[in-house]
Amino acid sequence: MSEGFSPAISVKDLTKSFGDKVVVKKLSLQVEQGEIFGFLGPNGSGKTTFIRMLCGLLRPDSGSGICLGYNIVSESAKIKPNIGYMSQKFSLYEDLSVRENLNFMGRMYGIPRQRLAVAEIMEHMGLSRFAEQLAGTLSGGWKQRLALASCLLHKPKLLLLDEPTAGVDPKARRDFWDDVYSMAALGITALISTHYMDEAERCHRLAYLSYGNLLAVGTADEVTASSGLATWSISGKKMHELSAQIKALPGVELVIPFGNTLHVCGHDELLLSQSLHAMKNSEYRLEKIATGLEEVFISLMQDQGDS
Amino acid sequence: MAIVIKEFVQMRRDRITFAMMIGIPFMQMILFGFAINSDPKHLPTAVLSADNSTFSRSIIQAMENSGYFRVVKVVQSEAEAALLIDEGDVQFVLNIPEQFSRKLLRGERPALLLTADATDPAATSNALSAFRSLTESVLARDLEGPLSHLRRPPAPLQSIIHTRFNPEGITQYNIVPGLMGVVLTMTLVIITALAMTRERERGTMENLLSTPVHPIEVMIGKIIPYIIVGYIQMCFIVLAARYLFHVPLAGNLLLLLVVSLLFIAANLGVGLTFSTLARNQLQAVQMAFFFFLPSILLSGFMFPFRGMPPWAQRVGEVLPLTHYLRIVRGILLKGNGIHEITPNMWPMAIFLVVALSIGFKRYRRTLD
Repeated sequence: MSEGFSPAISVKDLTKSFGDKVVVKKLSLQVEQGEIFGFLGPNGSGKTTFIRMLCGLLRPDSGSGICLGYNIVSESAKIKPNIGYMSQKFSLYEDLSVRENLNFMGRMYGIPRQRLAVAEIMEHMGLSRFAEQLAGTLSGGWKQRLALASCLLHKPKLLLLDEPTAGVDPKARRDFWDDVYSMAALGITALISTHYMDEAERCHRLAYLSYGNLLAVGTADEVTASSGLATWSISGKKMHELSAQIKALPGVELVIPFGNTLHVCGHDELLLSQSLHAMKNSEYRLEKIATGLEEVFISLMQDQGDS
Repeated sequence: MAIVIKEFVQMRRDRITFAMMIGIPFMQMILFGFAINSDPKHLPTAVLSADNSTFSRSIIQAMENSGYFRVVKVVQSEAEAALLIDEGDVQFVLNIPEQFSRKLLRGERPALLLTADATDPAATSNALSAFRSLTESVLARDLEGPLSHLRRPPAPLQSIIHTRFNPEGITQYNIVPGLMGVVLTMTLVIITALAMTRERERGTMENLLSTPVHPIEVMIGKIIPYIIVGYIQMCFIVLAARYLFHVPLAGNLLLLLVVSLLFIAANLGVGLTFSTLARNQLQAVQMAFFFFLPSILLSGFMFPFRGMPPWAQRVGEVLPLTHYLRIVRGILLKGNGIHEITPNMWPMAIFLVVALSIGFKRYRRTLD
């Protein structure tokens, strides 16, 4: 960590467009060392493009950035050996065995004592029993572990993980997060894009990106607080009938069903409270609750869609 | 180079591609080497003879001896002969008219009619020219003593034909060395286009590019294994040419190997360019065929280059295969040295530079 306490990632006004479409708009962001940084946003919001710019796969149209102390535009060759990038799609060779894949990646990074390192990482990630199996025949969860192993092989300082847990079962996801935490404990920074709210809450800090615009940054609590949303939970019977009624009330901006309860949100806390209490009767239980990330993000997505 | 090792492991795994790389040259060798013959012999012939004499018998005998004709049927009527030709049962009908020998002896220059089914000119032309010369020589033998005045007076000049490099006109001698170029074009263009497109299609290219290895190194790593494959195919064909087809290898094989690098590289450049244009592997294969077809047809591999109209020759001159064929045939059959083949080197070099620069340029763009 020769860079001391300087941020692992620091970008300013980063912009990238494909044709007429601006995918990332003047994005400015800082990620501290050893931080697990969550990256959220709807599909096509520019998360992948941003990550690709960080690891030198794409060249930004304008703006500047420092990654691990190097300029992302002019020094990507120095950044690459220090990052572990895991793309959205499984991007190892399905027709190579687990060991061959890891050996290959090891050679690509030119790591010393590669055979030993491969054996170690397979042991550590629990991949040893699949060593000679072709990667294409592994289950989704194990493929993901193999991909993570190949990212960690060269001991990077920064992990860029693009939707690493998409399509992976809950057990494998939990194991994956355990690994990420143990990496963070070693001082490795991780930037992780995800669609899962529970994963977002596990991150130290997170950012919400929508159609190229950064809409919120901070810890989970900061993000919910800064959203200014008030949330009430209503539970009872025949919730779906009630849902339509509530949507029409003044001050109600968002109604999200959670099983047998409805989460009702609005920015104007007073108006929302009045509206809800006005229709209150004994059949429903009304309760003010803390606003969760999910409400915040759906609200952000909705606002963005309206504009 | 990590990629080279990986590529070989993958090649071994991918049985179909591997079989293609070995199987295609093998199959083409069998097909072109054994099956194709531009000098067909033993063509079925019917005889309609109204004159049973020494002369007619020795003419028929001489035709069979020439190797081009095989008398399969003796017919009795014109109608029967016409039917055989129409139905394609025979290629030729020899019609010896009545009183052929009597007229011959009287010096009346009787006509001898050879009807040919000339739908395929290539099939009949050699036989016809053989027929022309044999009628003269045969009768010269039979017309002896008092009949010698009927012999044709000697021509006022002698024409001497010296067929060099392949005096017997054996098709294989021309085809088999040419095959080397065809096989290399086919495998290298298709396989490189496929190999690069496959990386992108499967999303593994992204992974390769995120490693510290430079994009150009990635590309070189992808190409080297196929150069090696190309050389293995070449050796295979040279060995087959030598021991299976007994082609006289007149020239310097080492020179051939060195010069081939230029040709291999030119084809790889094409494959690379295609891979940057193709969205998926299917398109890559289609594009490769798009290139392969003119290569095989206009290069002089299948048909004589000089027989093509000028515009087709100009197209052919652009293709690296055209020049490579001249070089291979030059070295293997004529024993050409570096000096003789140089005129065919620079068109390939220009092609290589153009193909590679388009390839590189497109390749760089696809990264973004």
